[in-house]
Amino acid sequence: MSRSRINWYKYAAPVNFYPLAGKMIPWFAGLTIILFAIGLYVSFFVAPVDFQQGNSYRIIFIHVPAAWMGMFLYVLMAIYAGIGWAFNARLASMMATAIAPTGAIFTFISLVTGSLWGRPAWGVYWVWDARMTSTLILMFLYIGFISLQSSIDDTRRADRAGAVLALVGVINVPIIYFSVQWWNTLHQGATLTARSFKMAPSMLSAMLILMAACWMYSIAVVLVRVRLIILEREREAPWLVEEATA
Amino acid sequence: MHWNSLSEFISMGGYGVYVWGSFGVTFVLLTAEILMLRARKRKLAQTATVREGLETRNSKLETVL
Repeated sequence: MSRSRINWYKYAAPVNFYPLAGKMIPWFAGLTIILFAIGLYVSFFVAPVDFQQGNSYRIIFIHVPAAWMGMFLYVLMAIYAGIGWAFNARLASMMATAIAPTGAIFTFISLVTGSLWGRPAWGVYWVWDARMTSTLILMFLYIGFISLQSSIDDTRRADRAGAVLALVGVINVPIIYFSVQWWNTLHQGATLTARSFKMAPSMLSAMLILMAACWMYSIAVVLVRVRLIILEREREAPWLVEEATA
Repeated sequence: MHWNSLSEFISMGGYGVYVWGSFGVTFVLLTAEILMLRARKRKLAQTATVREGLETRNSKLETVL
């Protein structure tokens, strides 16, 4: 009797979070589909042709949101990992672990779409330019985080090791962001600045809608993954047995 | 609407490979992520069922013994 009470206390956070996340997933998934549909429509049928780059510029509609997601998700992952480490909060650590693969995918998308844009715009797929190199490092940080965690069997030790790596790697995010100002690079400056609001509103809205779509997608996918991580890690918990039989 | 025909839409003013390549890669990777999560869930459900089966067998053995 007293033992079951201890268990309830111990798994208090996941026990509340698991069903809540389950209820939220369909909403975020639905918003993802709607926003992608609207965003793609605006990208290809509303936004005009760019007078300098022709239709190749349409790549930014997915490139910029993907690059931003890669950076946002890294910072978010580091914050969760840090909270999990500092306050011994297992759910926060699980969130960090759940975010990593999605962040890595978006960073990879930003690298691939960036080089597909670079070929017509600059004539090359890749140059060792400051922004591209620091984004590649971001990709390696994600991969390092994932492989470090999977190489340690004790989950709490894996969480702590991952947190150290994630927090140290955060330095790279401002480097990516300011790289276009600090170094003379081939990569063009920030797309979203006060000045850029002079660009055709339909171009700007295509990018912002797809960015919102990527956010909704990320939230939905991370919630699905964190639920699986909860199931994998706490399968012995009494509340999970109840959940499974329900 | 800036496209007079489907072929014009596909060619993207000569940048079709790059534009559709970018959106295609994004679509493929995001879909792959969803499918991998589904597979992980299925696998987890299977191991749970196997364990559940073992547990019921064990408890039956206990009652028999």
